[in-house]
Amino acid sequence: MALLFDLKDLRFAYSGRAPVLNGTSLTLAPGERLALIGANGAGKSTLLRLLVGLHHPQGGTITAFGRERREEADFHEVRCKAGYMFQDPDDQLFCPTVLEDIAFGPLNLGASKAEAVAIAEEILSNLHLSHLRDAITYKLSGGEKRLVALASVLAMKPEVLLLDEPTNDLDEANEARLLEILLGLPQAMIVISHNAGFRDQLATRRLHLKDGILKEA
Amino acid sequence: MGHLAGSERATLNTATAESRLLQRLDPRTRVICVLVFAVCVVALSSPLALAVALAVPATLMLVQGLPIGKTLRRMAAMDGFIIFMLVLLPFTTAGPAAFTLFGFDASTTGIWKAVEIGLTANAIILMVLVLVGTLEPGQLGHALARLRAPETLVHLMLFTVRYISVLQEEYTRLRAAMKMRGFTPKNTLHTYRSFGYLVGMLLVRAVDRSERILDAMKCRGFDGRLYLLDDLRYSKADFTFALVFSGALVVLIGLEVFSGSAV
Ligand SMILES: Nc1ncnc2c1ncn2[C@@H]1O[C@H](COP(=O)(O)OP(=O)(O)OP(=O)(O)O)[C@@H](O)[C@H]1O
Ligand SMILES: [Mg+2]
Repeated sequence: MALLFDLKDLRFAYSGRAPVLNGTSLTLAPGERLALIGANGAGKSTLLRLLVGLHHPQGGTITAFGRERREEADFHEVRCKAGYMFQDPDDQLFCPTVLEDIAFGPLNLGASKAEAVAIAEEILSNLHLSHLRDAITYKLSGGEKRLVALASVLAMKPEVLLLDEPTNDLDEANEARLLEILLGLPQAMIVISHNAGFRDQLATRRLHLKDGILKEA
Repeated sequence: MGHLAGSERATLNTATAESRLLQRLDPRTRVICVLVFAVCVVALSSPLALAVALAVPATLMLVQGLPIGKTLRRMAAMDGFIIFMLVLLPFTTAGPAAFTLFGFDASTTGIWKAVEIGLTANAIILMVLVLVGTLEPGQLGHALARLRAPETLVHLMLFTVRYISVLQEEYTRLRAAMKMRGFTPKNTLHTYRSFGYLVGMLLVRAVDRSERILDAMKCRGFDGRLYLLDDLRYSKADFTFALVFSGALVVLIGLEVFSGSAV
C-alpha cells in the first residue's frame, strides 16, 4: 500500500542554532502506530512540525499522501488530512466553549453548522465527554483540556494522527481510556511519549531520535 | 474589559440569574439597548432628566438582583478615571463664582457642568454593567459579530477573552516561582531588574504563544474565517423589553424638554 508519509534525509536547524535534524528519514504506512522516542530537546516535536509544514526543512524531501510537499499551499491539504495534537493544549483550544472548539475543524473543512455540531456531539460522546459540551475551555482542568484537544483533532476525521505527548496531565483512568480509544482507531499514527508503559502497549513500531537521526529502537 | 481579568466570576451574574428576565434576552437586544441608551443620555443636559437616567439602570440592577456592592465598585472604578476632571471643572470654567477655595473661584456653571458629566458617565457605565457586564464574554463576541461589527475586532475580542486568563496564569506562575525562591519586592535594583525580566518574559511568551495558536489553527484547516455556531433569535421577551425600554427613553426625553422649557 502507498505510504502516508515518506521523509527522506531531512535537515533542519532553528536560525542561529545547531542543527536539530541531520538527515532524518521516516516512513509511515497505513495502519501503523509509530512511537517516537528521544531525549528532551532531541527534536521530536520539531519533526512533527515539519511533517505538517509549520517549519520548512533546509534539506531533504517530504512526501505526504502520495505527493511531494514543498510550498505552504501544498501543506494545507496535509493539515486537513493529518490531525496534530500539540504538546500544550492551551495552544490548541481557543474557542470560548468546548462545542465550538470541536466544531471549528469540521466547519473549516466545509461542514454545515448542523453537521459540525452533530460531529462534535458524536465525538464527545465517544470520548465520554458529553458533560463538557458547553463548558468554557479556559476553565477546564489540565487533563480535560487534553481530552478536548484530542476530540478537536478527531473531529476532522484525519487519516493520520500526530500526537505530541498525549498522556501528559491524564490520570490513570483517563490514560487507560485514551489507550483504549487509540487502539480502537483505524488510523495510522505517530505518537511521541515519554511514558514507556503507554507506548509499549500502543506502538507497532518504535523509532529513536538521537543526534538528529532516526533509528529503529 | 477590566472585568475579564477577574478570577472567579468574570461576569456579574449570580448563580440563580438564569431564570431572570435579562437571561432570556438575546445578547443583541442588550447591546443595542445600551447603545441607544448611551446616545440618548449623552444628548440630555437637564440634571433632573440625568438623575432619572441614572435611576433606570439602578432599577434594573435591583430588579435583577445583581450583586449591588460589586456592581457599584466597578462603576466607582470608572469614576476614578474622571474624578480629577470633575473636581477641576468648576475652577476652570468661567461664570459667576459659587465659592472660593484657596483663592480660586468655583463657578456655578462649572459645578453644574461637572454634575452633568458625572451623571451622564455613571448612568451609561451602570447600564453597560447591568446589560452587557452580565453576558459571558463569548456571548458578547457573538452578539457583536451578528450585529456586523468588523470581523477583525470580534476575533480580537474573542481571542483576548480566551488568552487573558492564560497570560494571567502565566504571570501568577512566574510570580509564585519567584516567591518560592525567596523574592520579596524591595526598592532595590535587583527588584526592578527581576520585574523587568518578568514583564519581558511575559511578552516573549505571549508572542510565542500567539504563533503556536495560529499554527494549531492552521493544522485544523483555518483559512482566515471563523464560523459561529449559534443561531441567535429574538423572542417575545426581547420585544417586551425593547418596548418598556423605549418607554423609559421617551420619559427621559420628555423630562429634558419639559425642564428645559421651565428654566
Ligand atoms: N522555536 C524555537 N526556536 C529555537 N530553538 C528551538 C525552538 N523550538 C525548539 N528549539 C530547540 O530545538 C531543539 C528540539 O526541540 P523540540 O521541541 O523539537 O524537542 P523535543 O524532542 O520535542 O523535546 P521534549 O521531549 O522536551 O518535548 C531543542 O534544543 C530546542 O531548544
Ligand atoms: Mg516536544
